[in-house]
Amino acid sequence: MADADEPMVVDGGDGHNCEWEGRWNHVKKFLERSGPFTHPDFEPSTEALSGFHNIHVVDMDTIDVSNLNRQFLFRGKDVGRPKADVAADFINSRIPGCCVIPHFKKIQDLDETFYRQFHIIVCGLDSVVARRWMNGMLLSLLVYDDGVLDPGSIIPLIDGGTEGFKGNARVILPGMTACIDCTLELYPPQVNFPMCTIASMPRLPEHCIEYARMLLWPKEKPFGDGVVLDGDDPEHIQWVYQRSLERAAEFNITGVTYRLTQGVVKRIIPAVASTNAVIAAACATEVFKIASSAFIPLNNYMVFNDVDGLYTYTFEAERKENCSACSQVPLDMHFSPTSKLQEVLDYLTESASLQMKSPAITATVEGKNKTLYLQSVASIEQRTRPNLSKTLKELGLADRQELAVADVTTPQTMLFRLCFTS
Amino acid sequence: MAATKASKEQKYDRQLRLWGDHGQETLENAHVCLINATATGTEILKNLVLPGIGAFTIVDGHTVTGEDVGNNFFLSNNSIGKIRAQAATELLQELNSDVSGNFVEESPDKLLDNDPEFFHRFTIVIGVQLPESTCLRLGSVLWSAAVPFLVCKTYGLIGYMRLVVQEHTVIESHPDNALEDLRLDQPFAEFKNHIQSYDLDSMDKKDHSHTPWIIVVAKYLEKWLSEHNGQPPKNYNEKEAFRQCIREGILKNENGVPEDEENFEEAIKNVNTALNPTKVPSAVEDLFNSVQCNDITSQTLSFWVMLRAVKEFVLNEGNGSLPVRGTIPDMIADSQKFINLQNVYRQKAMQDAATVSKHVECLLQSFGKPPESISEKDIKLFCKNASFLRVVRCRSLAEEYSVDSVNKDEITSCMDNPDSEMVFYLMLRAVDRFYQQHSRYPGVYNYQVEDDINKLKLCVNNLLQEYSLNVNIKDDYIHEFCRYGAAEPHTVAAFLGGSAAQEAIKIISHQFVPFSNTFIYNAMSQTSATLQL
Repeated sequence: MADADEPMVVDGGDGHNCEWEGRWNHVKKFLERSGPFTHPDFEPSTEALSGFHNIHVVDMDTIDVSNLNRQFLFRGKDVGRPKADVAADFINSRIPGCCVIPHFKKIQDLDETFYRQFHIIVCGLDSVVARRWMNGMLLSLLVYDDGVLDPGSIIPLIDGGTEGFKGNARVILPGMTACIDCTLELYPPQVNFPMCTIASMPRLPEHCIEYARMLLWPKEKPFGDGVVLDGDDPEHIQWVYQRSLERAAEFNITGVTYRLTQGVVKRIIPAVASTNAVIAAACATEVFKIASSAFIPLNNYMVFNDVDGLYTYTFEAERKENCSACSQVPLDMHFSPTSKLQEVLDYLTESASLQMKSPAITATVEGKNKTLYLQSVASIEQRTRPNLSKTLKELGLADRQELAVADVTTPQTMLFRLCFTS
Repeated sequence: MAATKASKEQKYDRQLRLWGDHGQETLENAHVCLINATATGTEILKNLVLPGIGAFTIVDGHTVTGEDVGNNFFLSNNSIGKIRAQAATELLQELNSDVSGNFVEESPDKLLDNDPEFFHRFTIVIGVQLPESTCLRLGSVLWSAAVPFLVCKTYGLIGYMRLVVQEHTVIESHPDNALEDLRLDQPFAEFKNHIQSYDLDSMDKKDHSHTPWIIVVAKYLEKWLSEHNGQPPKNYNEKEAFRQCIREGILKNENGVPEDEENFEEAIKNVNTALNPTKVPSAVEDLFNSVQCNDITSQTLSFWVMLRAVKEFVLNEGNGSLPVRGTIPDMIADSQKFINLQNVYRQKAMQDAATVSKHVECLLQSFGKPPESISEKDIKLFCKNASFLRVVRCRSLAEEYSVDSVNKDEITSCMDNPDSEMVFYLMLRAVDRFYQQHSRYPGVYNYQVEDDINKLKLCVNNLLQEYSLNVNIKDDYIHEFCRYGAAEPHTVAAFLGGSAAQEAIKIISHQFVPFSNTFIYNAMSQTSATLQL
């Protein structure tokens, strides 16, 4: 954890050309002057100022031409390069004294030693799974002394997301305020079309596209054995498009276009510069408030929508008492001893509050650690698959015993307590 | 060139999915004027350049100061002392080579003195960090020229926007939660015939379970009407009873246990909305009754000509209803039944649009315009969106500022809550007065803050008196506005940058609905409000 005595902002670079007259005029007033709405503990100072110089950016993606309508740090010539690298280069050359360090990696490729160094973490992730992982990582860094949370171990998480003209920004103080998992119901699971509709009863152009993608592609392997459909490959999309048109013609369905095909295959979410600018700005404002300690930060969730005029709604998301991530208490799960392990698996993946992707379940049976089911390694999956049709009793599990569950949605294993119902 | 077109389609793909190729075309034909390349200004322009507006022109008489570079991403420290309009144009131009960037090194006041018609060429003018006097002068020129004007200001932690447009029509408002147009309460002839073609009682299980819920509801409604004197279910109890009728229609197996018929479940779930009476939305009725709709001349915009044609349709062939929209939601059904039902609605929509077209032709003829002036495509789009038409009208700045027409009611009722965002509007007005009086803004230097609080308070009282506003502004807000020292923090400027840019895009594309007419953002509490002033 960053030392409490360390300055919040660190001078980076060689100091050359970093300072000029008036550079901080627009910002220093907020640090030098208290007022009726500033934080009660805020102590203004007129010390030498510097901006946010020490920034790390983590991004596993490379730049695509479709990013250029809104991702203003990238240009046509950068297509194909890692986003983290190009962003760092751009900022470092545009903002004197700023030192952005890029990491062309998945957030999951970095560990607690990495994340522990930061004062604040800001996320603009594109999936709920990733958000939950980051959420879990920061929760795992919390230190409790005799059951009391050490505030020095809290790293604030500022999270922003957008879809078309809608967006939200939220402030999470891990261990103190509502976390991502506390409000999982705000992210309803993606609804997919039923298979029988796709296979035998298409009505919409989307059904025809899913038919080509999910049924024809694996059957016909148009680009060779084992070649997975790549949404970024125009040839692949063209193939899906043609087959979708044929399917649609069979059923007199209109509306299949190349653009729709791409949208369905890649699950494209429309995006514009403006909404992203608004949410990014709101998040940055919160970073400034927290870093300067001059203001009470957003408490704690803001929603934005500018389809019709401009609409914002700000509210305090509440912590869930039995939150799967931050409540620290092993969650009870209730099953009859004659329930099959499959039912437990279904509960973990289907419950609205857990929404796990491919949980691995282990337990201590007769003093030994036993993997009950694990999906992500083929050999282990095969070996443990028969367990799914065995009852909990047959598997040697006892009432009140702990099950450990690992999943991509959380960096730490989750503990559940198995409670037998009669 | 085909290559550029294809690469533009790729680049703009994510936004084309929101406003379509036709929306993009309006952007690419637009010429935006930005006055003052401050952080707020450049952030707004950034969000217009990236999506590919045709051209922008920055009007700014200032030279770059160290302070400017400190909060502006589109200025660099080696442009200190240079022409601000030029420096910003270069770095904004660099964002998107499809866009043509220009600048005029001149203050807007000078242009208004020497060449006010300069502003007539623009699709929209965005004025940033302008004093009241300039806004009023510019507002008046643009109002007469019918050029939309968007006023934006970042002041400390407060963002402010004011849209000034006489009349802005929106055909494609893209409402978030639109009610379907199913006509179950007044089925048109072709729909009735289609319903007749079904006999639920004689269907086999497969067909029965894959009959669209619209047909199911229509059938049971027919039965209900015949048993209830032609009166549809009206209150909760009747609707419950109606749902029960449908539920009883679910097939049962040999043991009398109801089968799994998802289409029937859908029917039951949709009873409430399905029974909504078809009627012209009041907003559209209001448009029908407006002057522009009834006094059509050769100068009338096509929106009003088409609206009048739709009105004629409603009064005649439509029997009191708008042209059929022609779309139905997806529902459990086999392909053929669904497509056939969908086609019934589609064909009726085409028919109705053709009828409206005839009315359009008549109107155009009556003042000597060729029928091709308004295309079939446009008429079809208009009819499809007939329920969602919107017209936004904003008062002029002169009206807002005049003692005779100030919106006292809105101000005083908002200020019943002394912490409402309205207080920031009043403070911004007071701060402008301070500027007029003292040729500077309050609290710019630390040593000024304390004294300026009292001076600003005088301006506040002066403002309230002039407009006879019986409201109380807490001293806290006066102190806070001195504390701000007219700072323009980047993150607040950027929030406005995104907000204003999208409003400008709405004005240019005539898609989605712009705000009306004043927007206030409070970065301290992350709240906002829209006011009508």
